[in-house]
Amino acid sequence: MSTAVPTVKRTAVYVYEAPLRAWHWINALSITILAITGYLIANPLPTLSGATSDHYLMGYIRFAHFAAAYVFAVGFIFRLYWAMVGNRWSRQLFALPFWRRRFWIELWHEVRWYAFLEPEPRKCIGHNPLAHLFMVVIITVGGIVMMFTGFALYSEQAGLGSWQDRWFGWVIPFVGQSQDVRMWHHWGIWVISIFVMLHVYTAIREDILSRQSLISTMVSGWRMFKDDRP
Amino acid sequence: MPTTETFYEVMRRQGITRRSFLKFCSLTATALGLRPAYAAQLVQAMETKPRIPVLWLHGLECTCCSESFIRSAHPLVKDVMLSMISLDYDDTIMAASGHQAEAIVAEIRQKYKGNYILAVEGNPPLNQDGMSCIIAGRPFLEQLKEAAADCKAIISWGSCASWGCVQAAHPNPTQAVPVHHVIHDKPIIKVPGCPPIAEVMTAVVTFMLTFDRIPELDRQGRPKMFYGQRIHDKCYRRGHFDAGQFVESWDDEGARRGYCLYKMGCKGPTTYNACSNTRWNNGVSFPIQSGHGCIGCSEDGFWDKGSFYDHVTDTRVFGVELNADRMGFAAAGTVGAAVVAHAAASAIKRARKPGQFGDQEPDKTKGQGTAGNDQTGERS
Repeated sequence: MSTAVPTVKRTAVYVYEAPLRAWHWINALSITILAITGYLIANPLPTLSGATSDHYLMGYIRFAHFAAAYVFAVGFIFRLYWAMVGNRWSRQLFALPFWRRRFWIELWHEVRWYAFLEPEPRKCIGHNPLAHLFMVVIITVGGIVMMFTGFALYSEQAGLGSWQDRWFGWVIPFVGQSQDVRMWHHWGIWVISIFVMLHVYTAIREDILSRQSLISTMVSGWRMFKDDRP
Repeated sequence: MPTTETFYEVMRRQGITRRSFLKFCSLTATALGLRPAYAAQLVQAMETKPRIPVLWLHGLECTCCSESFIRSAHPLVKDVMLSMISLDYDDTIMAASGHQAEAIVAEIRQKYKGNYILAVEGNPPLNQDGMSCIIAGRPFLEQLKEAAADCKAIISWGSCASWGCVQAAHPNPTQAVPVHHVIHDKPIIKVPGCPPIAEVMTAVVTFMLTFDRIPELDRQGRPKMFYGQRIHDKCYRRGHFDAGQFVESWDDEGARRGYCLYKMGCKGPTTYNACSNTRWNNGVSFPIQSGHGCIGCSEDGFWDKGSFYDHVTDTRVFGVELNADRMGFAAAGTVGAAVVAHAAASAIKRARKPGQFGDQEPDKTKGQGTAGNDQTGERS
């Protein structure tokens, strides 16, 4: 899973296959809905006036949260499957070349590029090392934490003996108690929101400043290189 | 084993009518969530089975569990259970004292070896050799371990015995620990709450007598029939929660109308207890019905979960308490500002590069030394 550029001359590589691109955009939508509704569950909108039976606002907000959560979870499982059958770049999300020295050297180069200390970034077919690290930590590890804490909280209403309880109920005593699980799940909103800000910014910036296409790649699947140098 | 009275005999001796006795059995069967047919089984058990001896020990505690217990809603419950317990050992309410009282513990241990229930109210402190709680001249931990050695099962009454409660709250100077931290070889039934509901306490004892086994417990060792659901799940104000109707301040219109107390920090959604079905004091009320949010008294470490008026705990970082949302907004704002600054710096850097537009030309300005200037714009 080399992130470096092969010496052969290429100007375009088909990196992101269609199912992976679909997953990316569906996932982006579900995360957006989850973050907004999650915030509103913790901090509900101002009280509605009128008869109680006329409203079901929190119910709908919670429904949207749970529906988006299922989409996220099913998408995550699909993404795991796709990492097995997809191309080599589809595996990057679940595999960090932690023990490869060159990965960290290139990561440091990328950090220096963002710190304006390098005049030019290196070419990358898949994720650049810094992006790769963030993706694994936030989307894979963070996603798993959010799903486990989320389903544990969901099991509280699904009730004892439900599959959510049998599979994820243990998370609550493991973390402490229900309120602790809520707190960490709630922190997840901010972790993911800040990640989204950085992700969108760097995607746009890299699309302009780096030596390869970024945004269009996640639409068409093709990584276009702007020069032919290694 | 010497012949022991049955519960029924004890009750009759206390002047309780058969009619009241049957009422008690029906009530308890209902409280346990059993089918009506089980009421008869309860009656039979009470009439025929020998009374279970109960040793009721007190460690570090405030006696609120006992206070709750003697206020069981059904008058009979109180009489039954009190007569049962006062016959054995409960140092706050029994008549005996001093050596006579302590002799009872030894006698029960011997006479009913492996057959009595050990009810523990409060918990043992471990620091300074346990000197923060001395019973009959010895650390409570010793009495607890001895009494536990021959018991059938342990009931951890209240949040003290179950989780640690206030004396185990940060920084826990006496190093008070819940019962299950020091006793590992006996089944422990946790009946948390500060205090637990009286009916829950009596029902647990009655269940054990009737069925000769401990009630089904959840992962944390609490009886499922009373701790299987949250306050929130059975709250009569739940409709207002779902509708999005909240009390926004303590004296607003919503408070008068009895709207949901979630925004006032009600911990009902994170608290497992039976308050919203069983209620308190003869079913009169419970905190939420009285207009105040649940403080989560039956949950592990509830003293250390921030304010009673926040439903999400503040996070402590370096001794500073942070609210997740305040911190989140601040972090997002900082990152946003950094992104803008970084974008501006990137644009400036790019504009400064001679003949570098469209990235078609290899970078010839490598090592020219502009990096040093741009560093200032890197962080905000």
